[in-house]
Amino acid sequence: FRAVPDDGGLVDADEDKDIKTEASNDSWGNNNANDGRLLSPSPGSSASAGSNKSAAGASEEQQTLLAVLQFLRKNKLTESVEILRREAGLPEDSLEPKGADSLLSRVTASSTAGAQAPTKVAAGEDQPDVNVVLSAYSQQGDPALYEVYYSGLKRFIESVLDCHRAELSQVFYPLFVHMYLELVYNNHESEAKAFFEKFSGDQECYYEDDLRVLSSLTKKEHMRGNETLLDFRTSKFVLRISRDSYQLLKRHLQERQNNQIWNIIQEHLYIDIFDGMPRSKSQIDAMSGSLAGEAKREANKAKVYYGLLKEPEIELPLDDEDEEAENEEGKPKKKKPKKDSLGSKSKKQDPNAPSQNRIPLPELKDSDKLDKIMYMKEATKRIRLGPDNLPSICFYSFLNAYQGLTAVDFTDDSSLIAGGFADSTVRVWSVTPKKLRKVKSAADLNLIDKESDDVLERIMDEKTASESKILCGHSGPVYGISFSPDRNYLLSSSEDGTVRLWSLQTFTCLVGYKGHNYPVWDTQFSPHGYYFVSGGHDRVARLWATDHYQPLRMFSGHLADVTCTRFHPNSNYVATGSSDRTIRLWDVLNGNCVRIFTGHKGPIHALAFSPNGKFLASGATDGRVLLWDIGHGLMVGELKGHTDTIYSLRFSRDGEILASGSMDNTVRLWDATKAFDDLETDDFTAATGHIHLQDNSQELLLGTYMTKSTPVIHLHFTRRNLLLAAGAYNP
Amino acid sequence: MAEERRQKQCSVILPTESMKAMAESVGVGQLQEESCVAISEEVSYRIKEIAQDALKFMHHGKRRKLTTSDIDNALKLKNVEPLYGFQSQEFIPFRFASGGGRELHFYEEREVDLSDIINTPLPRVPLDVSLKAPKEQQKAESTEPLKVAKPGQEEEAAIQGKSQGATAADGKGKEKGLIRLKPRSTHELSVEQQLYYKEITEACVGSCEAKRAEALQSIATDPGLYQMLPRFSTFISEGVRVNVVQNNLALLIYLMRMVKALMDNPTLYLEKYLHELIPAVVTCIVSKQLCLRPDVDNHWALRDFAARLMAQSCKTFSTTTNNIQSRITKTFTKSWLDDKTQWTTRYGCIAGLAELGPDVIKTLILPRLTVEGARIKAVMEGPVVSNIDKIGADHVQSLLLKHCASVIAKIRPQPDNVEQYRTDYGYLGPMLCSHVMKARTQAALQAQQVNRTTLTITQPRPTLSVSQSGLSGSTGPRTPSIIKVPSSLTLMSPRPGTPSQPSPPATKYIVMATSAGTATTQQVITLSSSQSASPVTSTVPSATSTLQPLVKLESGSGPGLTGSRPLQKYIVVSLPSSASSSLEPKSSVIPTSISSTSLEAGMKMERSESPGASTQSPH
Repeated sequence: FRAVPDDGGLVDADEDKDIKTEASNDSWGNNNANDGRLLSPSPGSSASAGSNKSAAGASEEQQTLLAVLQFLRKNKLTESVEILRREAGLPEDSLEPKGADSLLSRVTASSTAGAQAPTKVAAGEDQPDVNVVLSAYSQQGDPALYEVYYSGLKRFIESVLDCHRAELSQVFYPLFVHMYLELVYNNHESEAKAFFEKFSGDQECYYEDDLRVLSSLTKKEHMRGNETLLDFRTSKFVLRISRDSYQLLKRHLQERQNNQIWNIIQEHLYIDIFDGMPRSKSQIDAMSGSLAGEAKREANKAKVYYGLLKEPEIELPLDDEDEEAENEEGKPKKKKPKKDSLGSKSKKQDPNAPSQNRIPLPELKDSDKLDKIMYMKEATKRIRLGPDNLPSICFYSFLNAYQGLTAVDFTDDSSLIAGGFADSTVRVWSVTPKKLRKVKSAADLNLIDKESDDVLERIMDEKTASESKILCGHSGPVYGISFSPDRNYLLSSSEDGTVRLWSLQTFTCLVGYKGHNYPVWDTQFSPHGYYFVSGGHDRVARLWATDHYQPLRMFSGHLADVTCTRFHPNSNYVATGSSDRTIRLWDVLNGNCVRIFTGHKGPIHALAFSPNGKFLASGATDGRVLLWDIGHGLMVGELKGHTDTIYSLRFSRDGEILASGSMDNTVRLWDATKAFDDLETDDFTAATGHIHLQDNSQELLLGTYMTKSTPVIHLHFTRRNLLLAAGAYNP
Repeated sequence: MAEERRQKQCSVILPTESMKAMAESVGVGQLQEESCVAISEEVSYRIKEIAQDALKFMHHGKRRKLTTSDIDNALKLKNVEPLYGFQSQEFIPFRFASGGGRELHFYEEREVDLSDIINTPLPRVPLDVSLKAPKEQQKAESTEPLKVAKPGQEEEAAIQGKSQGATAADGKGKEKGLIRLKPRSTHELSVEQQLYYKEITEACVGSCEAKRAEALQSIATDPGLYQMLPRFSTFISEGVRVNVVQNNLALLIYLMRMVKALMDNPTLYLEKYLHELIPAVVTCIVSKQLCLRPDVDNHWALRDFAARLMAQSCKTFSTTTNNIQSRITKTFTKSWLDDKTQWTTRYGCIAGLAELGPDVIKTLILPRLTVEGARIKAVMEGPVVSNIDKIGADHVQSLLLKHCASVIAKIRPQPDNVEQYRTDYGYLGPMLCSHVMKARTQAALQAQQVNRTTLTITQPRPTLSVSQSGLSGSTGPRTPSIIKVPSSLTLMSPRPGTPSQPSPPATKYIVMATSAGTATTQQVITLSSSQSASPVTSTVPSATSTLQPLVKLESGSGPGLTGSRPLQKYIVVSLPSSASSSLEPKSSVIPTSISSTSLEAGMKMERSESPGASTQSPH
């Protein structure tokens, strides 16, 4: 893995030409060269400021200088101002007109900068305009007029033609939030309250959570350190509006001289204009709901190699020798010319698959090959599922867990179960008659005959055999847990900010990966082992390799906690779900965000890739499962039925059935084949990305299975397509 | 409404009085009103913020209730030291007090006597977390029969808490769920289920044969019985225990038929109840005495039937873990080898072993033929001991001949020499030889391979009735006339057709029957349809050659059949029984011939026609 620098600096503004596809986040300054705007460096983030300087062109450098001069002057360091000004060769009046006061207002957030004289800005698209973006909410209109402006716009939008109304209504929410924040920022507390009370009821119900946060915030001081607000200020809310509707809005605002609103639209909203028919209300509702609006269209344009990697060629023993081979597992496999049909099929290179060595993957060990053989054998015995042939479900109940079970994982061969608990422990159970044994101590290992055939058997300490083992080491609830594909390791992520790697041979902790300073919500091993991904409260997902104590990649861009992380079956991509109600797909090779999916109305808690790598399913607190086409970057389905948070999603081994498990104590089975088939017969226009979702959840729902009082927090299909579910009985 | 709530959220802040009170409690006397307002606003905001963060922890903890630890974690997130050791006995630990014009809530801190704490006994250690998987998968809204999960390695899980016995239903494992400080949980049946249970059990052991047939049908086909399974199994095991002592043959037969119906039900998974069912079944196979008058009553049929049940359960449930088959085999062999074993038990042991398949016969029975032959000879030709012994020996002999002949026919090379047989098998040799020859001819003639010993009854077909025809001229030790209450002794009874119930579309039966070696009587097969009420009687002449089995295929609808019913086919082939048979399809009215039913023949038919039926369309 030397090909990529492992300094984690993948999000450096310099090398990131794709960065404009992401909304920048407060801890990483981004330099958007195209429109020359400087997006919000975070307070005190001198590193990002530095990178801006080095990367930007001359004009931006000058502006940075201006900002520095401004700062110096503000602090009455007149001499320094003079010297710097002279050195930089700037004219004396260069500081006057626009003044980077807003930069200061962020750097010294408690200063009175915000209350400064309003700065009027000619919002020319072509002119670099530091001021506009940076002065978050410093403009001041008459606070009393805000309500008038807003209701004026509301009246206008309500009076336009139906076809435009739905589209233009999207403006309400971001406008409302920004106007409210402006009022708060400028210390118009009572006006802000009145404004909020008057109009908050108009907003779409799915913004309620955010509105709750907003409602508690009534003072300028509160805005400091409130992440939700930072997100609003630092990222542009993205709206997709058809050209006609946009023209209508623009004309209206210009006619009314409604600069207040126009400014907000210019500064804080990103309007993605498209040509063609305006979208309907249902189309808009399907895609909206995220913290920062919809994804920009170009954000989902990058090519994604969603195909599967070629399976390594493994010589398979003939079928009739199956039994024999199973008995002699310990021996190296025999060379047999006969190939399994699976092997020959995978010979053809999928055009959508990444090249085999795009990401360096670990070499297969002998034991891995044996496991692959076992897998193929099991696969031949797999039950073909379908609407008429639903899987049997075996439910593993955790008893006496007292609400303490926070994470569960099964090994791929369904032989082990691991549970993470709120009391910081991790427990591993063997669900086969084979008990869990530790390796003998070093002294004892010296005594055994290393040449003997059953050396692997001899190194195990029979005295330690038990059905379950407890792993202690974390100092907070364990929120994420994942077995390595070879069943030798176990990962766990915890509230204490660490990810730990455990050996399942010795049942001890091998490494504690520190990097997340906040709770780590989820972690998962790559399907090929070696790599793993973690995501947490610090809004960053990190890619690690087990033998590096520092992350290889940092995927930053989410505006709120990264709540769940999943590897693509080909290990080249990582999907992350977040509390900002978006799902992002990241390229492991270069750390770029290649897809942003919006449409969920609540924090996302479950993700699952289809086995063919083409589709992604996601589940959130809103109880809906959304289906996404990765190649086209489109939402392709919505499955409604659950009444509470979906904590687990899993496709059957052949991808025909999608199982979802939820807090509402049910497992539901969905007809995935039909969900994706219907889509292919539709001729959706990938170019516009407008989707017509049929409301066919009821047809796709194949079964609902209730537990008595056990939230379903994990699902797993065995290699033969038996569905295993797990949860803690909750009396 | 949502709007209202939201506004409320917006405006809720702590009252300034609280601030004042708190300030006073830490010694700040005169707090300005403005300061109070500012502080309360700030505090309210921070509390809301922390509550929101705590919610996040609750979600990730996969819980619905916010706990104090969530709040601790949220505080940690903000770099605030959490409140360590907060706990309260009550839900709301605050007390209310008013006085001096002020209202206060305060946290009551009682003085604690240390010795009290020291002297109180330690509370019970809470149970450790354990993992449990049910043997039967969960079942939800669907009423269709569940596919029984293969007892593969997943379910074979070494799971704790397995010891919940038969008291609890095995449907959903979770209802046993968390049992704290409570060793057993009883599972209540609903009133409807109790009624059903009562009706079914009464019908099963009652005197009305029609009701019994209906009840057995219900047990064999209804999908929702798993909750009652433990009751049924206890009912059967207790029933057998009592009735063996009282030698009540009829009731034992009814109970065995219940076992069969339970096993036929595809939605029931009996594995957990084998510990009750197997002893009951084995009792019916090997018990010394099953009826009041062993010389007359036909308890042999019950042994045969129970032996087949045993064989079937071995096939279905025997795994490497429970080793049912080998344990059962051991039990049978042990008592068979015992010299003091009575003929009845001996018969049961052999029947039980023989039903387990040709391999078992080959390895366990054939080597003992000589010894057994000598024993039989001693009884048959020696001084007359007692009639009972003689009958027993006779039965054992015919049982051995019946089962061994087909196996020997397969493993022995062709020329069947009587002398050779005599040297090999002793007393039984000559008879065996003739049986083997008969078996060979039969096998050669029958295009369709009928390997009787490996037949299993795979489908619930409780309504097929096979009974011996009264025209049978077969005589011998087992005359049907011995049976006292013949009609109530049929194992498979015809069920009166009810007009409301649709007739089965295409009923096809294959019945195999051989005429007895010397029989020249005709076999009458009586078919009658409920609608027509005119029995279609086809008389099949018995083959003139003694060894010719009957193979007759009749197709086409009988004249009396109504047009709505599709074609019926009856394939009649030979059955190695000395009896001729009459057969009624499900919806037939009971013909008169039923009155002289031979239990024995009935069960032979029952077993031997099963492979045919399983290849035909099920009804």
